[in-house]
Amino acid sequence: MTLSQLEVGEIGIVKEFTDLEMSVKLMEMGCLPGEEIKVSRIAPLGDPIAIHVSGYQLSLRKFEASTIILQ
Amino acid sequence: MKADIRVALVGNPNTGKSTLFNALTGLNQKIGNFPGVTVEKKIGYSQLPDGRKAEIVDLPGTYSLYPKSKDESIVFSVLAEKESELAPDLIVVILDATNLKRNLLLYTQVADLKIPVIIALNMIDLAKKSEIIIDIDLLAKKLGVPVVPVSARKLEGIAELKTAISFANKFALQQESIDVNAIAPDLIESISREINTDNPYFALQLAHQHENLAFLTPAESDRIEELEKEHSFHSQKAQATETIARYSYINDVLYDTVTTPVTAHDESHSNKIDKILTHKVFGFIIFLGILLFMFQAIFSWSAYPMSLIEEFFVLIQGGLRNILPAGPLTNLLIDGVVAGLSGVMVFIPQIAILFAFISILEDTGYMSRVTFMMDKIMRKVGLNGKSVVPLIGGFACAVPSIMSTRTIENWKDRMITIMVTPLVTCSARLPVYTLLIALVVPNRNVWWLFNLQGLALTGMYLLSLVSAIVVAYVMKYILKSRERGYFIMELPVYRMPRWNNVLFSMYERAKTFVLEAGKVIIAVSIILWVLSSYAPGNRFEKIEQKYQQPQYTKTIKHNELNRIVSSEKLENSYAGVLGHVIEPVIKPLGFDWKIGIALITSFAAREVFVGTMATIYSVDGDADRIESVQEKMRNAKDLHGQPVFTLAVAFSLMMFYAFAMQCASTIAVVYRETKDWRWPAAQFVYMTVLAYAAAFISYNLLK
Repeated sequence: MTLSQLEVGEIGIVKEFTDLEMSVKLMEMGCLPGEEIKVSRIAPLGDPIAIHVSGYQLSLRKFEASTIILQ
Repeated sequence: MKADIRVALVGNPNTGKSTLFNALTGLNQKIGNFPGVTVEKKIGYSQLPDGRKAEIVDLPGTYSLYPKSKDESIVFSVLAEKESELAPDLIVVILDATNLKRNLLLYTQVADLKIPVIIALNMIDLAKKSEIIIDIDLLAKKLGVPVVPVSARKLEGIAELKTAISFANKFALQQESIDVNAIAPDLIESISREINTDNPYFALQLAHQHENLAFLTPAESDRIEELEKEHSFHSQKAQATETIARYSYINDVLYDTVTTPVTAHDESHSNKIDKILTHKVFGFIIFLGILLFMFQAIFSWSAYPMSLIEEFFVLIQGGLRNILPAGPLTNLLIDGVVAGLSGVMVFIPQIAILFAFISILEDTGYMSRVTFMMDKIMRKVGLNGKSVVPLIGGFACAVPSIMSTRTIENWKDRMITIMVTPLVTCSARLPVYTLLIALVVPNRNVWWLFNLQGLALTGMYLLSLVSAIVVAYVMKYILKSRERGYFIMELPVYRMPRWNNVLFSMYERAKTFVLEAGKVIIAVSIILWVLSSYAPGNRFEKIEQKYQQPQYTKTIKHNELNRIVSSEKLENSYAGVLGHVIEPVIKPLGFDWKIGIALITSFAAREVFVGTMATIYSVDGDADRIESVQEKMRNAKDLHGQPVFTLAVAFSLMMFYAFAMQCASTIAVVYRETKDWRWPAAQFVYMTVLAYAAAFISYNLLK
């Protein structure tokens, strides 16, 4: 299951990443393995999405979300 | 100004860094560029309680020392270069107290560079409101550095921070965070020996960033590259290891120092606003509404101050003409310099209002929501959600907008944004459009509601957006890039704009505009005046001699004769000769040599058009009759006695101005931003070709 498959309001816990380059950026922004992520909303046109992670709101594209594998 | 201690301000974006900078320095600051790059450098001075003076450098906001964009890359090089004139004695790291975890990542990286550090724990009031409890003393003890709680917005804790700066140690006393050596032990050791440093984190950063650091010699950089290969160093893997280690240290620091309630108040409050502002339907309606309001405001609010400025300059011109003796120098001063100045100053209200809006939209956090909503559409045409900001800014001026593309991390997205931003109708085109529309479009209402002139102007604005999107779409297929685009962006919580910052940005932008554009416009006005007042050889004398002959003086009235003389002089002046040279090229567009002169001068800056028309037709016309440029142009006749400015000519001209790259400042800034002459050259060529084609088509359709 990846982050891009979650619906608005659903919560997941980060397990690992499928893409090294993306993972470096995501981890710097606080998306670390073991961290809880909640999907806050989806942009009006379906992409990107906004998530709540480590105490703040982050937006990322669906494709980027699909590189985050959840537990 | 000589300072006793140099302080660098470092922090994540949206942590209130610039507010704190303003609070520390007041208006005692100056803006320049970091050496060699166009990243804006803000330096201010602050009086410390012990009587010493601190120089404070505001560095661009960043989430980590590993840069993602051009702006961010400056942070590490300023902090790391020991011999530089900017090398700080002390770093103040600003942390957002409501989001300590992510903020501490940058802190631990900076602390490992072993430069003395102080933490300014900002937004402490908001943290209290959200029931986040921070044990500041314990935090300071665990990190080994002073932690000063502040609220930059409310100006609380500023005096304490200044005291902490004045008591700061000369030596770095911060606690070790992670075991840096463990990341790449052999490589760090070899680089440390090579570069002669005893700081393992500095050595590791060199391994990652040596290609982009100006202070390393090429030989040093090559040697580091060799060492990397030797030790099979993988930059991204090392970064991932480092980040995980740092967050694990941060969790250790935070677990007994910070307690956070389950949901923060601020977040849920922001969430409610987001439900409306990024709503499927209302989101776009509100965005359009804000844009419409913004343009209405730019035009209607600026009308009164603009006419005041114009009247003021007319008064000055009249006054100077009375005081000074008549002669070529007086003419140069009044028709060249003062007329040119008034052409610049008149834009101040529009520029200031536009930047007030942009700074309010950014400050409140709304701009990042627009980026969030628009990303999908923008990506389809080869742009990026973040291109929305420069494109909207392009309605004011392409120069600051092109500079603002630095936040776009992806190279291709950034280049396309730079290439199409000058197509957006900037405020310099506005006077050209208003003048020409008023000339040929009747001022009456259709369908009771819409003013025809207003509709024509709206049409020009829409055309510019459509053309920018089409060109972007084409470039998407021309430009090749292997780099991947990504869009990982913080959505900051909504906040009230800080009115001080808004005012400051209005003042700063208006000042920059007057200084930058002013230089060009005054220079062009003077050159144009000289070119139209002097002629090659003795052509002027010949004309005067010719019209002193009795067959002219007897048959033609004095006034009429003067008009003929000055008109023939203009045609024979350097400017006239130049106009005639390009006349064959622009004839198919419906332009004569006088418009040709205006086109040439407009390549320095578009707004010069109005001034050029004024100069040409005042040289040409009867000096006793004072009439507006518009009147003069309306009365202009060609050789056959037909009006020069017909509907076809006016629209052809507008099309030319809509597409042509007529702005020296934009060309210069595109070069500065791309560091390659081929970009501004390509932009100049494609825009000029488009301009010629559009003008040709519209002239022949309307003729």
